[in-house]
Amino acid sequence: MKPDHRHDAVLGRVLGPATPELTCEQCFEELDRYVELTLAGEPADARVPGMRAHLDGCPACAEDFASLRDLVTREGD
Amino acid sequence: MATALMSAPPPTPAGPGTAGSRPWVEDLRSDGPRGQAAVADLHALLLKAARFEIGRRAAELSHLRGGDHEDLAQQAADDALMAVLRKLDEFRGESRFTTWAYKFALLEAAVRVRRRAWQGREIPLEDEAWGALPDAGAPAGRGAENAELFAALREEIECLGDRQREVLVAVALNGVPIDVLAERLGSTRGALYKNLHDARRNLRAALAARGLRVETGEEEA
Repeated sequence: MKPDHRHDAVLGRVLGPATPELTCEQCFEELDRYVELTLAGEPADARVPGMRAHLDGCPACAEDFASLRDLVTREGD
Repeated sequence: MATALMSAPPPTPAGPGTAGSRPWVEDLRSDGPRGQAAVADLHALLLKAARFEIGRRAAELSHLRGGDHEDLAQQAADDALMAVLRKLDEFRGESRFTTWAYKFALLEAAVRVRRRAWQGREIPLEDEAWGALPDAGAPAGRGAENAELFAALREEIECLGDRQREVLVAVALNGVPIDVLAERLGSTRGALYKNLHDARRNLRAALAARGLRVETGEEEA
């Protein structure tokens, strides 16, 4: 069953990612490497399996990722 | 297929690393002026990161004075410094040292901002939750199918254990930051996310048992 787009966001938040994911602790452990791989244009999701799913499911870790990515980007300018 | 939290991080080769031009770890382990200078420089680095995080979240702290923002940044940098020094042996050199260190300051600052923003606010629990779920009685889009899905979801959420339901409703439906909920419940982000993950896994299984399959993103192969 494919929900319409208006309900996708709610279902996404409630049901979370459908694929195996890292824990919050593992996410924090890998965050710096994942950010640098992402910014280098490397296949970060393949190199750190489970990270993308976790970031999709955990709003707090997703914010931490965005902050580190943006800070490293700014400092690299 | 049920989703799973991964039991172990993927293997990562330990290499010489890319710690940047400065030998941070060596400097921080040094005695005397060299070590003291490295600690002071590290604190400045962490303070910069904490200010960055608090600055981008300023809207959440609109009720605070500017001096309070700086206090939060200083506290975050102080705690991040302790964390970095405590975990120095865990730096594997798989990123620049500065990137590795920044994440501690960003985390400390973000957690402080989230908690300060929710200070004195009541955590919305069960009663307010259903407003976030589309009304099963007034279906939109694919109409009957969605109505059936959301009605089932409401019922299955009610069947979850107390802790799983509490975390799911607060975090996924009511948008309570998980760090705020962890503080109120005397728990940790990781422990509550495990509750959330288990709740989601149970809901997916229950919906599947009813013959309802939901695609919310990339499905497991």
